[in-house]
Amino acid sequence: MTAVWLNQLLQGVMLGGLYTLFAIGLSLSAGVMRFVNIAHGDFIVLTCYALLLLTTLLGLSPVAATLIVLPFAFLFGFGLQRFLLQRVVGENVLLVILVTFALSIIIENGLLEGFGADPQKISGGWMETATVALGEGINVGLFQIVTFVAAVVLVAALDLLLYRTGIGAKIRAVSDDVAAANLIGLSSVRIYAVAMGITFVTIGIAAGFVSIWTNFDPASGPTRLLVAFEVIVMGGLGSLWGSLAGGIVLGVAQAVGGQFDIAWQIMAGHIVFLIVLALRPQGLFPKY
Amino acid sequence: MEATAESPLLAVEGVSVFYGNFRAIDRVDITVAAGEIVSIIGANGAGKSTLLKAVIGQAERVEGRILFAGDDIIGRTTEAIVASGVMLVPEGRRLFPSLTVEENLRLGWDVGRKGEFGFADIWRLFPALAERKRQKAGSLSGGQQQMVALGRALLANPRLLLCDEISLGLAPLVINELYMLIPQIKARGIGILIVEQDIERSLAVADRFYCLLEGRVSLVGCPGEVTRDQVIKHYFGL
Amino acid sequence: MGPKLILNGARAVFAAGVVAMAAAPYLFGANHVVLLTEFMSMLVLAIMWNLLAGYADIVTVGQHAYVGVGAYAFFGFAALADLNPYLSIPLAGLVAFAIAVPTMILVFRLRTAYLAIGTWVVAELLMLASGKLNAWGGGSGTSLPISIVLSFGRVRGERLATIYWLAFGLAAIAMLATYFLLRSRIGIGLTAMRDNEEGAAAIGVNITYARILCFLGTAPFLGMAGAIITLQKLRIAPPASFSIIDWTVFIIFNVVIGGIGSFEGPIIGTIVYFLLRQYLAGLGAWHLILLGSFSIIIILIEKRGLWGLIRRGLGDDLIPIAHKPSATFDGAVKANISAAFDNRR
Repeated sequence: MTAVWLNQLLQGVMLGGLYTLFAIGLSLSAGVMRFVNIAHGDFIVLTCYALLLLTTLLGLSPVAATLIVLPFAFLFGFGLQRFLLQRVVGENVLLVILVTFALSIIIENGLLEGFGADPQKISGGWMETATVALGEGINVGLFQIVTFVAAVVLVAALDLLLYRTGIGAKIRAVSDDVAAANLIGLSSVRIYAVAMGITFVTIGIAAGFVSIWTNFDPASGPTRLLVAFEVIVMGGLGSLWGSLAGGIVLGVAQAVGGQFDIAWQIMAGHIVFLIVLALRPQGLFPKY
Repeated sequence: MEATAESPLLAVEGVSVFYGNFRAIDRVDITVAAGEIVSIIGANGAGKSTLLKAVIGQAERVEGRILFAGDDIIGRTTEAIVASGVMLVPEGRRLFPSLTVEENLRLGWDVGRKGEFGFADIWRLFPALAERKRQKAGSLSGGQQQMVALGRALLANPRLLLCDEISLGLAPLVINELYMLIPQIKARGIGILIVEQDIERSLAVADRFYCLLEGRVSLVGCPGEVTRDQVIKHYFGL
Repeated sequence: MGPKLILNGARAVFAAGVVAMAAAPYLFGANHVVLLTEFMSMLVLAIMWNLLAGYADIVTVGQHAYVGVGAYAFFGFAALADLNPYLSIPLAGLVAFAIAVPTMILVFRLRTAYLAIGTWVVAELLMLASGKLNAWGGGSGTSLPISIVLSFGRVRGERLATIYWLAFGLAAIAMLATYFLLRSRIGIGLTAMRDNEEGAAAIGVNITYARILCFLGTAPFLGMAGAIITLQKLRIAPPASFSIIDWTVFIIFNVVIGGIGSFEGPIIGTIVYFLLRQYLAGLGAWHLILLGSFSIIIILIEKRGLWGLIRRGLGDDLIPIAHKPSATFDGAVKANISAAFDNRR
């Protein structure tokens, strides 16, 4: 009996790794530009479809497809921020919410028109089915472990980028005080665009993993967004490692709920989120 | 282009700055020569900060000409203006609180013209900061923050330094220390434009001064050549 | 034609429209009455969202929660508890209010966009929870019992008219309530705060209290709209009753296009939506793409939407909410200022 629960717990932690991948980009863009991109989840799904095209039409492996997508993801994020979102940032936050909300709807319906409503999935080959035995009846999927490790590596890499590089210092500067940054000659417009580019690179990585982990369809975006959102609020706004903690909490909550049925799996996540919000609204590792 | 005796380092010519329809600065003429300290005094709302913002490229609607070393810089990005040798010490310090002292200073180095003034000079000039390199700027005292703000500006190796109310909120002793640095900066050939509400301080250090009243220049002169009453009259517009 | 004439002409048209709507079941056939009922329900939703997002500075993307709660509560009271169906409507509103209180306590810990998504999370949770209620048909929902439907009128025409008047009544009350709120001190405080004046605090309005009032106040209207919508759809089901597309997405687009933060905006937006719906329906997924794109364009060009564009020509609001200082007040101030200058000289 304990083995079953332990398995579920481990599954939850691994799922937390996947959820951290969803959340890390949102954490960066929300922390730096102080707005939440409601289309975040939809962009993950959009990238999944891009990967689908690359793997089916060009026969590329998922890894190769993801690596190819990443530089384009950076450019796309850079451009999106520079030419669309920059026009509404810093003003009334209502405008940003509306624009990103509208973007979300446009992407979902565009994908629906282009690909239809059928769920899709990318095959992960041997790695997807391999399991690692960790003890008496405790088995974890290899792919799940790789995903979790990827999440930890990504958080560490972003941490390094933000705190040990010149561009990282500039990104932190504009997120502290954008008006002051402008006054001393930092181009906040360009730095925001770079930050969004980095966010979209994480979106690309997240898509690479989630497209293999589970099915996706045009309407999957909001679920991913709500997950990312709950992770960053529980983890503590502005904290990268907090996102990892938040991800694990959500993953474990869902794994426990999932013991009953799929509806309870998702509800358990929402309920735990609301409980954390009630008891510790600043999150587990608050920055601000 | 270089500044010569005929073409000063900074020449503000007939400049008006608008916030929407409101004319905050009205056809103002100001010059600053290399190695000259020019003070701008005036009451709150007279337009002093606005003038500095216009020079650094952060005012939305500017008419007239702002010539820096002969080139009109109106319309250029602040990034470009700073890179060409103008740097602002903003009102209220405006450091980045979550960044360390060193990181705040390094930003000044990154955005400016790389020149002979470097970190070694900063630590020599501000020993108190040398002891606090890795401290978060948000936890410094007001005086220390002002030093970082000034140091940040100096690390950009500017030819023209704009100082916006650097004495605001500081203890008199601290202000003294700060103002002792001004002549040292002037000695390096840097032109300095100081905006101050503290008239005494400001006139004590200036070579020339302008008095702004409701967006216009009401008085120009050298501190030694005008009387106190004259200054008060043009400050308040009585 | 002077602008004043056009303005008064527009006001007359509006007044005539209201009268026509009040008499709609006498003026139009059954199909149109059904359409107008739907229009009235959506108008209520639009007015409420606009009040929160345009005046109280609370952007929500989760108001479909209360529509669903209202639908399910109505079913519970009327079909399960056998209460008077007419009474069940305001009771449904009450339940929506009851749900709004703990929701507010939780999500008000978040700011701006986070608050918006927080309301969305709550809506998702409520939808999933409603799918667990077996008496309400569980995950696939159930139909409204015929007896309930017939209690609003045995004859179809009479029934449609009754339901229409309920919807029209709700919309009228919603408009009046909003009108009086916006003209009250609270309303002026909210408008001042929204327009970024520091006068809000000076007027003595507690902004937090005002926002709480607005958030809680919209819930019963949304709940009752949910009950009326159920009367039209004749079914409850989690995805339909709690539909984010129908009760949030379309509403947001409509209000944005019509004009956020104005009294006329939600009305115009909903009218435009219904006029376009004919043509949009045939486009499949494209109609949402078009609506979404159009919303983005409108936001970037004229934040006050279509009404903002029209108002430039009209010169004043159709429904005057803003207080204008009186001529005598102006004169007194002018005299005061002159005196100050005279004394200076």
